[in-house]
Amino acid sequence: MKPARFDYHQVRTAAEAVSVLAQSGGEAKVLAGGQSLVPAMNFRLARPEVLVDINRVAELDRLTDEGEILRVGSMVRHAAFERPVDDGPLGRLLSMAARHVGHLPIRIRGTFGGSLAHADPAAEWCVIARLLDAEMVAAGPGGDRRIPASEFFHTVFTTALEPDELLIEARLPKPSPSAKVGFKQFSRRAGDFALTMAAAVVEVRGGEIAEARIALGGVSDRPVRAPGAEEMLRGRPLPPSSSSSSSSYTAFADAAEHASGEVETIGDIHGSARYRRDLIRVLTRRALEQAAAQ
Amino acid sequence: MTYIGGSVHRIEDTALLRGEARFAADLSFPGQLHMRVVRSPVACGRLLGVDASGAASLPGVEAVWTSADVADVPPIDFRMTRTPGLEPYRQPILAEGMVRYVGEPAAVVMADDAYTAEDAAGLVFLDIEELDPVLDPVRGGGRAVEAAVLEKGYGDVEAAFEGAAEVVEMELAVGRHSGVPMETRGALARYDPMTAAIEMFGAAKVPHYNRSAIASMLGIPAARVVLREGCVGGGFGIRGELYPEDVLVCLAAWRLGRPVRWVEDRREHLMAANHSRDQVHRIRAAVDPDGWVRGVEDEFWLDQGAYVRTHAVTVADLTASLVPGPYVWPAYRVRGRVRLTNKTPCGTYRAPGRYEGSFVRERLMDVIARRLGLDPAEVRRRNLIPAGDMPYDRGVDALGSSVVYDSGDYEALLDRVLEYLDYEQLSDGLAERRAAGESVGIGFGYFIEKSGLGPFDGVRVTVDEAGQAVIVTGVSSVGQGVETALAQICADHLGVPLEAVRVRCGQTDDLPYGMGSFASRVTVMTGSAVLIAARRVREKALDAAAPVLEAAVGDLTVEAGRVFVKGSPDGPGVTLAELARRLRPGAGPAAGDGEDDREPGLTAEGWFEAAHMTYPYGLHTAVAAVDRDTGEVRVERFVVAYDIGRAVNPGLVDGQIVGGAAQGIGGALLEEFVYDEAGQPLAVGFMDYLMPTLHEMPPVEVLLSEDAPSPLNPLGVKGAGEGGITAAGAAVANAVADALGRPEGITRLPIRPDLVRRLADG
Repeated sequence: MKPARFDYHQVRTAAEAVSVLAQSGGEAKVLAGGQSLVPAMNFRLARPEVLVDINRVAELDRLTDEGEILRVGSMVRHAAFERPVDDGPLGRLLSMAARHVGHLPIRIRGTFGGSLAHADPAAEWCVIARLLDAEMVAAGPGGDRRIPASEFFHTVFTTALEPDELLIEARLPKPSPSAKVGFKQFSRRAGDFALTMAAAVVEVRGGEIAEARIALGGVSDRPVRAPGAEEMLRGRPLPPSSSSSSSSYTAFADAAEHASGEVETIGDIHGSARYRRDLIRVLTRRALEQAAAQ
Repeated sequence: MTYIGGSVHRIEDTALLRGEARFAADLSFPGQLHMRVVRSPVACGRLLGVDASGAASLPGVEAVWTSADVADVPPIDFRMTRTPGLEPYRQPILAEGMVRYVGEPAAVVMADDAYTAEDAAGLVFLDIEELDPVLDPVRGGGRAVEAAVLEKGYGDVEAAFEGAAEVVEMELAVGRHSGVPMETRGALARYDPMTAAIEMFGAAKVPHYNRSAIASMLGIPAARVVLREGCVGGGFGIRGELYPEDVLVCLAAWRLGRPVRWVEDRREHLMAANHSRDQVHRIRAAVDPDGWVRGVEDEFWLDQGAYVRTHAVTVADLTASLVPGPYVWPAYRVRGRVRLTNKTPCGTYRAPGRYEGSFVRERLMDVIARRLGLDPAEVRRRNLIPAGDMPYDRGVDALGSSVVYDSGDYEALLDRVLEYLDYEQLSDGLAERRAAGESVGIGFGYFIEKSGLGPFDGVRVTVDEAGQAVIVTGVSSVGQGVETALAQICADHLGVPLEAVRVRCGQTDDLPYGMGSFASRVTVMTGSAVLIAARRVREKALDAAAPVLEAAVGDLTVEAGRVFVKGSPDGPGVTLAELARRLRPGAGPAAGDGEDDREPGLTAEGWFEAAHMTYPYGLHTAVAAVDRDTGEVRVERFVVAYDIGRAVNPGLVDGQIVGGAAQGIGGALLEEFVYDEAGQPLAVGFMDYLMPTLHEMPPVEVLLSEDAPSPLNPLGVKGAGEGGITAAGAAVANAVADALGRPEGITRLPIRPDLVRRLADG
């Protein structure tokens, strides 16, 4: 339970981090909150030769509200989102999700950017990024580039980031102020990575669903959307608020049923692929109902 | 008598709460080496060779050992239940010729620091020809070696089944889980050339036995091995048994002439320390229409893992003996098969055999009730052994002595629980919630525990010249409050304030004999020894005080560390401190020339022996709600009623019960060592071995009962360490089955949410 030998660099700026990464010939890892990397190193599952510690990079530890977009610096800790960071649906959604991220000590250390770059398919922020079509901003030797969420997550623990690139921020598009949001997950214990999670944003115009977004986590090798289910909901009326879960309103159940069929699920020791499909059905419906009840 | 029965605060907590206590990993010696174990990465294979050259040449590496280096050390022997024929299945301290489970020690590296040791361990190449592992002890295609078969029983089972109105038959299984102490194992050994003795720190549970076993394995007299226990962060049966690593650090310290330190990491712990449970039962009961059980036949398979460790067949033996529990069951026959597989070897874990047996028995009793359309509480009542039949000879033996329930009023405890629950109203309330669409249910688990395992324990109690009493014991403390309970007994029976009592545990050079801390035995056995020793010291004090106070011994008493004439606490007196000074060698009127035939000092030993165990009993009740869509089980209420005869410290008993209940609920819903088809363990960290947290735990309601003191010891106590867990799996399973409306649906622990969901779907 002792890590293999490594060199350690503490940097003060993102540019400095990129420069160390570039000099390390692909053998470096970025140390943010360390909540996944450090255990992996102790188990010797990860053996980076170089660690680039960005905890002292002040420019990465900030939230910037640009009206349409919330820019989340990589070093913003999970705990920063427990209380809504804005009054709108985005703040609500991030707050709902933050409560499910590990336990308090993990939320205090772990970071938004670290979670995205680690790309655990059951990580809350990865699902939120996919849900909102966020853009990830990577700084590299040749400058910055933006990577849409749909292209960022390649597979388990693997992203579009190059070895000499540093994730510096995520740009989260804000849903409209009247949008409704829902977030539900199921794990065997509180604080565990979810077996399945479902997040939903429902844009409403004139009592009808103008646009619905559904993202799922923990079910596949990366966070995924349920486009077919989203399409089924477009133009459907919202259920009467008093009966959001009543059986007479079947649009959510139908969409959830569809979602469970359009994702190729994978199993592990905590739940089979089939069980995860069942959970998609349940949690998607509940996330939509939670949204509609707002 | 002021302290016994009171929930006094633990005397050992000050250092623990200040973070000043020393656990195994807190200790270091100058010049120490760090040991790292190279473990088999495969479940089964021929170990053709070990190439240690790369590791040995790494700077900072002192030694790399394989089985050839320890060929003169025999395998680890059995501490309990000497069943003949098991010798071939003992574990060598380093794998020889074969590797038989993932995690088996195959080589060790000793290096100047822990990092180098781990680097070097990674360079040791194990040349293994992989073989197909045996993973299923029941359906292993005959490949699983049967190490032992245990058969027990009484009564005419055939007659019971002939003409029975109903036969209920079930296959029930408990998964593989184990105690997971907060502190992993650790050991630090050094060799003292002046005394030619090996001293090992980090001992726990059974230091005296392990001292003798290590000495024997190393071929030296027992007196040349000293084991020292520091603070221990939990035992639960698994910590403190003799493992290969303990022997290796002692041998290395001796041979290399440098202290050797080994601290286990959690991943190692979950694949190398004892696992437990893992039983499959096929049980059938012959039943009358009124729910009376005429007879039971049980056959079970215990997945022992790759080797038979120190416990030999203890778990199977206790399982077989205690399946009948609190019920009459006039005829009973059991056959237990201990089979070997390519998994981590098994040993005992809190309530060994009883957790499994209670699950099987209490699921069976519930299904009997449902089949006959009777209330589960009522069926249990009809079958309970009547109070008038105590002591009750069960007709089987356990751990080599006959099982005789020493005392108990089982029906009274059932009544007390039903009254506490307001059973009718609770049942009505659950029925209403079910009618409103919820899935909620209630489940019982009645059980008999066993405790106070002999054959002996002893202590020496000494009052020093400052009036401080020290209890030197041959037992050990795994953190359960041993020190406080013993101090309470001593304070009352000696007549000193609790604050004046100190307790020493777990040092093998303190007392030549000691049994240790297991089987809920310490308060019964050591507590009784303390009572005897304290009374003797008291008598000695009174004898010494009589001439000083010019009073007859019979007129004197001791309170708060001072001897005085009964009824005259404000009159003349003499302190125990003063009497200790007077009992110094060379002091007092009798001092003179030549041999002094007095025993100097205010000190006495007390020894207590027991040929039979004591049997506490209890009833667990769970109320559970099921989310039919996700399969989530929420335990809403958990009630533990437990009769332990007499509680020395109800607060500590409460703590034991709540902690046990948490482990029991964990085993019922979450915890399992899962293996894949190649025999790779998949739960080797806390992300996959799921222990319950506060979020998963209901508040535990404890009903402590003292109806049936044990006639077998002077305190009347029965052990309290295990009753929190014993029938937790049974009660939760019965509650979930009730909630789902599928009385026969739950047949295996842990109850996974995907199964619950499938059952909910029908």
